Amino acid sequence: MNITLFVPCYIDACYPKVGQSVVEILERLGHTIDCPREITCCGQPSFNSGYWDETREVAVKVLDRLKDAEVVVIISGSCGAMVKNFYPELFKGRPEEAAALALSEKVYEFSDFLVTKLGVTDLGARFPHKVTFHDGCHGRRELGIKAQPRALMAQVKGLELIEMEEAETCCGFGGTFSAKFPSVSSAMGEGKIASALETEAEYIVSNDSSCLMHQQGLIDRQNKPIKTIHLAEVLNHR
Amino acid sequence: MSTTPAAAEFKKEAAVITRDLRHRAVIRGALKKYEVVRDDKKARFQNWQQARYLASDIKWDAVNHLDTYLAEFAKNLEARGGKVHWASDAAQAREIILGIVKEKNAKAIVKSKVMTGEEIHINEALEEAGYEVVESDLGEYICQLRKEAPYHFVFPAMHLTRGEISQTFTKELGSAPTNSPEELTMIARRVLREKYIKADIGISGANFAIAETGMISITENEGNARLTCALPKTHIALMGIEKLLPKLSDLALFLPMLGTAGCGQLLTGYNTMYGGPKQPGEADGPEEFHVVLLDNRRTDLLASSEQRDALQCMRCGACLNVCPIYKNIGGHTYGTTYQGPIGSVITPHLRNLQEFKHLVFCSSLCGACTEACPVKIDLHHHLLQSRRDAIAEKAVWWERLTFKACAVIFNHAWVFSLGEKLGRIGQIFHPLIKNTPLDPARAWTASRELPKVAPQTFREWWSHRK
Repeated sequence: MNITLFVPCYIDACYPKVGQSVVEILERLGHTIDCPREITCCGQPSFNSGYWDETREVAVKVLDRLKDAEVVVIISGSCGAMVKNFYPELFKGRPEEAAALALSEKVYEFSDFLVTKLGVTDLGARFPHKVTFHDGCHGRRELGIKAQPRALMAQVKGLELIEMEEAETCCGFGGTFSAKFPSVSSAMGEGKIASALETEAEYIVSNDSSCLMHQQGLIDRQNKPIKTIHLAEVLNHR
Repeated sequence: MSTTPAAAEFKKEAAVITRDLRHRAVIRGALKKYEVVRDDKKARFQNWQQARYLASDIKWDAVNHLDTYLAEFAKNLEARGGKVHWASDAAQAREIILGIVKEKNAKAIVKSKVMTGEEIHINEALEEAGYEVVESDLGEYICQLRKEAPYHFVFPAMHLTRGEISQTFTKELGSAPTNSPEELTMIARRVLREKYIKADIGISGANFAIAETGMISITENEGNARLTCALPKTHIALMGIEKLLPKLSDLALFLPMLGTAGCGQLLTGYNTMYGGPKQPGEADGPEEFHVVLLDNRRTDLLASSEQRDALQCMRCGACLNVCPIYKNIGGHTYGTTYQGPIGSVITPHLRNLQEFKHLVFCSSLCGACTEACPVKIDLHHHLLQSRRDAIAEKAVWWERLTFKACAVIFNHAWVFSLGEKLGRIGQIFHPLIKNTPLDPARAWTASRELPKVAPQTFREWWSHRK
């Protein structure tokens, strides 16, 4: 399959290993990968802040660049939800609506793509650690992703998953919300990390680097004894 | 964001309460128990998700045909001697209620829980006119004694511990300190029973109004609403016009649903229908029965084709109970009659979008509310739509400029890459200003560490690899 990979802006800049892991996993499965240089961001920060005109300026470019793709894989539930669910909303009643709907049909979040589209769960990974999983809100509630990452983790040798009580509770990132209401956002994050710590896991795993960025920021500031890692890195670990 | 006084107060209070670990523990403890009993009752429905669709459909029909259902309700109620009053705003509703109270030459008024009463500030109006008003719902009564607004529109005093309630009773009623819930209830009951007997007027709300029969339905656990509605000679029910249900049989779904979503009870202790004043030959009941139907800009919300479904709300509070924002900032910080996600959705419509836009922005859009809502109101997407509308009406110049600049950066990959390179240099010097007034990222760095731009970005790795 010819897969077009959408690498979100913060993964490109801060978490390149996540993108590299996805490329390596998909290539090992025999697929051809294209990472279009022109695509940098889905436009979600301005969209969630109410600036839909500015968002459309970014999104039309994305629509245009991805119109010929066979299938698009996004390494984030949040950016995935933006393109899959919110682009059609953003362009409702506009000439680009058809293109947005067409793109929506062929966009997959990474773990969903592996399990639902490819039907693969065993990637031959080995990760001998105790982990707990954070369900990113957009992946969980906008895209309905819950079983997919767990099916993948179940096949990882040595990995022990201990579910935390607050697995589905928001970590408080919420994009620009985290800067507009830092005290609320941080309090939410503290609750999340407290729940993860209760499991005594070594890692918080998630399919969303943005949530992990927020949690890691709090963990580093407060010297909490836990680390964060993206699911793709776990699945690429041998 | 341009700051209104309401927004400034909200931010100030939020910053304090989010650091209050005691508050965090009390609320988390209280709502943890709720989740367990709620899930137990949800599991007793044959299919909770199907029930939600059905409830949403029934309410959607009611909301979209309010004109006919309201007329049907009024006609049926009037046929049994009930009096129907139409109030287009809070002032008119207060005037109607004060008018009845004056006409009856009332001395004492007892009230069961009515959130629309909070909305129109009826207690203040009645007290200003010289009447004593006593709340008969235990939680509301505690809040009244403490001169506090309800913390939660279903559990008004959930933020208080038994110790604090005992202290309030000792201070206001002179009772001996106790830690026993039964005993605390008995203290309040002894005071309130006297009030019921003395009251000439009982004011209640309504959980549902049935068009087909012209009756109102009240759901409660303490029996206080029954006493409030049955003992005084005059009963006034104040309700929003959206409380309509088409048929009596709809209650078969809505009563268990309200109990389950609201407080984890398949049915609450008391569910009572009130259909008018005492009929000929009946021994008990009020001599006069008034229903005040309140619009107060609900019709403005009805006019919004996008967010009209918010009128389906039956005020069960399920969205508050799962909301991580509510759990961290608590009910009082909102500064509104209706707290939590539903409050953040409807307050900008019922009051003013620009004044209350901070509520629509204070959300991570996690969607836990929408998932919990028994009548399937698209709550978190409505927050997103209201953000769009708030900005379309009145953008913040520097935000617009920032996002315009971002669009240029994101649309030119070389500029984006240049930005990453600058970030790499910038982060060497950032520790010098980190979390100081000079730090442009201070909103983040005050409580969190920033991520680092990697020595080699993904894009650099990719082009190198090819």
